[in-house]
Amino acid sequence: MKTFDYARADSPEAAVAAADEETRFIAGGTNLLDLMKLQVMTPAKLVDISRLDLNRIEDMDEGGLRIGALVANSDLAADTRVRSRYAVLSRALLAGASGQLRNKASTGGNLLQRTRCYYFYDTASRCNKREPGSGCDAREGFNRIHAVLGTSEQCIATHPGDMPVAMRALDVVIVTLKKDGDRRRIPIADFYRLPGDTPQIETVLYPGELITHVELPPAPRGRQIYRKVRDRASYAFALVSVAGIASVEDGRIASAALAFGGLAHMPWRDPAVEAALIGQPPSTEAFNAAADALLTGARGFGHNDFKLPLARRTLIAVLRDLTGDAS
Amino acid sequence: MQFTINGQVHEADVDIRTSLLDLAREHLGLTGSKKGCDHGQCGACTMIVNGRRINSCLTLAVMHQDDDIVTIEGLGGPDALNPLQRAFVTHDAFQCGYCTPGQICSATAMIEEARMGWPSHVSERLDGDVILDNDEISERMSGNICRCAAYPNIVDAIREVAEAGA
Repeated sequence: MKTFDYARADSPEAAVAAADEETRFIAGGTNLLDLMKLQVMTPAKLVDISRLDLNRIEDMDEGGLRIGALVANSDLAADTRVRSRYAVLSRALLAGASGQLRNKASTGGNLLQRTRCYYFYDTASRCNKREPGSGCDAREGFNRIHAVLGTSEQCIATHPGDMPVAMRALDVVIVTLKKDGDRRRIPIADFYRLPGDTPQIETVLYPGELITHVELPPAPRGRQIYRKVRDRASYAFALVSVAGIASVEDGRIASAALAFGGLAHMPWRDPAVEAALIGQPPSTEAFNAAADALLTGARGFGHNDFKLPLARRTLIAVLRDLTGDAS
Repeated sequence: MQFTINGQVHEADVDIRTSLLDLAREHLGLTGSKKGCDHGQCGACTMIVNGRRINSCLTLAVMHQDDDIVTIEGLGGPDALNPLQRAFVTHDAFQCGYCTPGQICSATAMIEEARMGWPSHVSERLDGDVILDNDEISERMSGNICRCAAYPNIVDAIREVAEAGA
């Protein structure tokens, strides 16, 4: 690990004031320190935000919840309000990592988890995300875990998270504090970026901008499911995951929110998938139409071709469970 | 820097990069916690910090100066085994023993998590009491790898202690 300056912040304002272009905030550190040991990330300065007063989950007036950025994954998953009203979020958190990691990993940090692309981790490989302009060894290499949607010439990495997929289906808002003292409220739909020509830039955050809270809107109608498909039963990243929320009224799908993990550079959501379902009676035809909409424009890179049928089948399985249809 | 480990205050002047695991092992002579992967994947380094099990290899010592840290040495020793340590012996829950301190620290905190009613990935319901059956124990202990694959006996040992305390 390369050495760095270390400062402990005693307020969010002090944290952003202490940050510059070469600074990383450290909370749980479970992803950052892993990458620093490998010298994939080499920040010149760490600002320790772990003692800030951002570790509460508060009720909001309109019925939602305001989650402090430092709330641990385990505490968020176990919160009784989250369990009863946002089951998809509890389930996504419990499907991720291990007990030890969930105790340390923070809500803000988990949104910013870096890809698990092998070539990003291997400093002997070419990687446009780690070293812009160096090339991508994943496209022609072992790309079993890689993206099939929203890829670019420069990068086919996936976002590895589970929690952010559920949050994408729940339409959370990410609250930040910028260096100039301004606060931003960023809908998660606008938070992540596709790789394009700048895969090293993964979100719309400015350097030194700190996530302080995540706001959950009032609980949605209908059933909530998180389904994760992976290589082993526990403690593995998603090959494909689906966060689904849907309600059925008078025999027709009245509302649907579907977000996908393991398929793209960010938690994926496509309005065309939901449009194919809303107003339709739950049926194999409607579910296949939704999967067709999801996979329009999808492409594999060899080893990950299996993700196309896997995504279709996982989506259909989730839709059957959500709508109670046995077809 | 000052650290409270197993109720004792220790002073150490360490490089800023030092992990909590390296602090304990290399600087304070607390070698019970083991270094397996050093990347948070194997769980051999598990310590209990402020009542929570964490991977001590994936956190900086400097971030834990005000914390209450417990290592395997704080749970019991050869002259006074704690119930989990005794159960691991009774059930032959190890072969080489390298992962055992991490398994026992992890299981100690895991049993508390279950008592608090925390659900897991395999829990059918998100509410209600948690019964630590084999599936629940396996899922909740998946962050602790045993290269000798003594898993069936590890699960038996943990279940015995969980049931005795229930």
